[in-house]
Amino acid sequence: MRRDTALLAAASLMLGAVVAEARLTAPQVSDVAIAGAGFPKTLGEFGFFADGARQVPAARVTPYALNTPLWSDGADKLRFIYVPEGTQLAADGDGLLQFPVGAAIIKTFAYGEGADRRLIETRVLLHRADGWTALPYRWNAEQTEASLALAGGRIDLTTPAGEAISYAIPNKNQCKSCHGKDGAVIPIGPKARNLSADWLGQMVNRGNLDRVPDGADGLPDWRTHAVGPAEPLARAYLDVNCAHCHQPGGGASNSGLDLRWEQDDAHALGILKRPVAAGRGAGGHDFSILPGQPDGSILLYRMDSAEPGIAMPELGKASVDRDGGAVVRRWILEMKQQ
Amino acid sequence: MMKRALIAALLASAAPALAETHTIAAGEGAQERLQEALILAAPGDEIMLEAGRFVLTDGLSLDVEGVTVRGAGMDASVLDFTTQQGAGEGLLVTSDNVTLRDFAIENAKGDGIKSKGADNIIYHALRVEWTGGPLATNGAYGIYPVESANVLVQDSYVRGASDAGIYVGQSENIIVRRNRVVENVAGIEIENSNRAEVTENLATRNTGGILVFDLPGLPKVGGGDVLIARNAVIDNNTDNFAPEGNIVASVPAGTGVMVMANDNVHITDNALINNATSHVMLIAYSQDYTDARYQPRPVNVMVRDNVFGSGGSAPDFEGGTMLAQAFGGSLPPVLTDGLHEKLAVMGKVTAITLNLSEVGQPLTEARPSILQMPPIVSVKDLAPVALPAEMEARLR
Repeated sequence: MRRDTALLAAASLMLGAVVAEARLTAPQVSDVAIAGAGFPKTLGEFGFFADGARQVPAARVTPYALNTPLWSDGADKLRFIYVPEGTQLAADGDGLLQFPVGAAIIKTFAYGEGADRRLIETRVLLHRADGWTALPYRWNAEQTEASLALAGGRIDLTTPAGEAISYAIPNKNQCKSCHGKDGAVIPIGPKARNLSADWLGQMVNRGNLDRVPDGADGLPDWRTHAVGPAEPLARAYLDVNCAHCHQPGGGASNSGLDLRWEQDDAHALGILKRPVAAGRGAGGHDFSILPGQPDGSILLYRMDSAEPGIAMPELGKASVDRDGGAVVRRWILEMKQQ
Repeated sequence: MMKRALIAALLASAAPALAETHTIAAGEGAQERLQEALILAAPGDEIMLEAGRFVLTDGLSLDVEGVTVRGAGMDASVLDFTTQQGAGEGLLVTSDNVTLRDFAIENAKGDGIKSKGADNIIYHALRVEWTGGPLATNGAYGIYPVESANVLVQDSYVRGASDAGIYVGQSENIIVRRNRVVENVAGIEIENSNRAEVTENLATRNTGGILVFDLPGLPKVGGGDVLIARNAVIDNNTDNFAPEGNIVASVPAGTGVMVMANDNVHITDNALINNATSHVMLIAYSQDYTDARYQPRPVNVMVRDNVFGSGGSAPDFEGGTMLAQAFGGSLPPVLTDGLHEKLAVMGKVTAITLNLSEVGQPLTEARPSILQMPPIVSVKDLAPVALPAEMEARLR
């Protein structure tokens, strides 16, 4: 995780360099590609990067990091926000930043360090006049360009934990499986509560954001996962990794399980809640969370599985997040046995 | 509503002229070709699956309104998920006015076909099967519409689901007819839903044939107005193979029709034969709950004009064998835990009651006796389920 911050700092430095350089070469983001109706065939058509292979962003494309990130088979993620000239983001309490039409969110998934780093895919969320459009792009072997992968795809690779997996690039519909709420596509990550106050302040200073809202920076820093208090870490983890489906209007609304950070009803959070459609995902257990008994809790059973039909999340996971499981285990253990 | 009206108008006016058929063949790259077609389809288009076996590694999904996915027959066009590596179901539908017909889904890792928030959906002449037969490692639901209005499931075949073959949940306006459900834990299950007709189905060799359940703590509770009519519910004596923890894991083998909670369920004109626990069972939800909206008892249940064959000879619950012996070797065709309100069993049909007096009371406190039926004062009406005319027209 320290890597993330270092990366961010490096990217910020590069951003300065690029902006300086931009006066000469002027790499420009294509507002037409973002706002148009089509699905550009290559990532390059958007012009989000001055140097795609090195992930050096173009002007007005700003890197960011999340306090508690979504885990995706241990991939490194490089996140960027593009805000068009003459517009800015607006804060909406501790929730999702409000993006102007024409804005975009870009996330690259990579494995490996330094010169060995391989870019796997870049996912873009484009804020068009009729709503958000989500598209996945797959990097070529030469790392020179990423091509539209509407139907997704699979790549065999080895995770940082040393596991050989078949990594799944989501198809366009699967993007919506996580990014869908009440039938529309929305961003998930950039909520003020999961962004650092420093970064938000810098965005305000640059004129890219209207204000730093109350409740910003409220989620714990995941780098403290091994030692920090279990409850906020577990609740942040479940909010970031699960709640995009497990909330009213989300893809798993029919389960009645609501894992959002702001939810405080014990039953809705799964405590002594019986499953409804878990199938063999129940693992012989009666409750999503059985206080004091992580090994009797469906929630942890499914987190600790990589088997389709049992594993949660259903998408974007081919291996088990041991760190996330450990935090949730600590949280359930702490709960008073009933 | 505006949006829906607009789409309906668009479909009505534009679809005949502009609708395209995209034909997909099995073979190399089927996953990508089929998924891409499902993504790029325009409203009104048809995706035609040629005869053949489509070997798939990931779940498929459809999110475009008004699309028809049509195969060359439930034994001809087979979507084979035996080597599936991801996703929670074989096919997921999240758009309205979709028709799925004439193809098969085999060995999905999770559910077979799920449609969520997908109104006006038709499942026609499909086969969803776990080909190894009843196994706890099979997926949960075969055909799984949830949170939808206007659902039609007909002429389909489902085998091997480790929960329910056909499961309709948290929906309303539902017709499930002329299906064959074989060797599932529950053949057909209507759960937390309103206005459903389950008619002319064959439910055989399941653990329980047809279940009508209402559970607490879900976004939609208060199920009812369900008709179970003209079904053949035969030989549902398969050992329960549902993974523990699921509500259907508590269904005794040998159950014909089971009603848990719900308001207004009519069970009429069915043939119930050789279900070894009980042909018709009414029970209250017996677990703790905190949902103030929830009503745990079956209320307004009518049982009339059914044909009861042999059955009730090996009740699959504690004390069941002794109980059957006390009744001369087999239980009468209707069994209630005694917690029902307003039960009408018409004709010369014997019912027994366990005479529980409180919801949640353990079965060990049962005091079984023949149910003395009070004179019928009135039976609650059940209006026929009417689907939009457009849905019936789509199949012509």
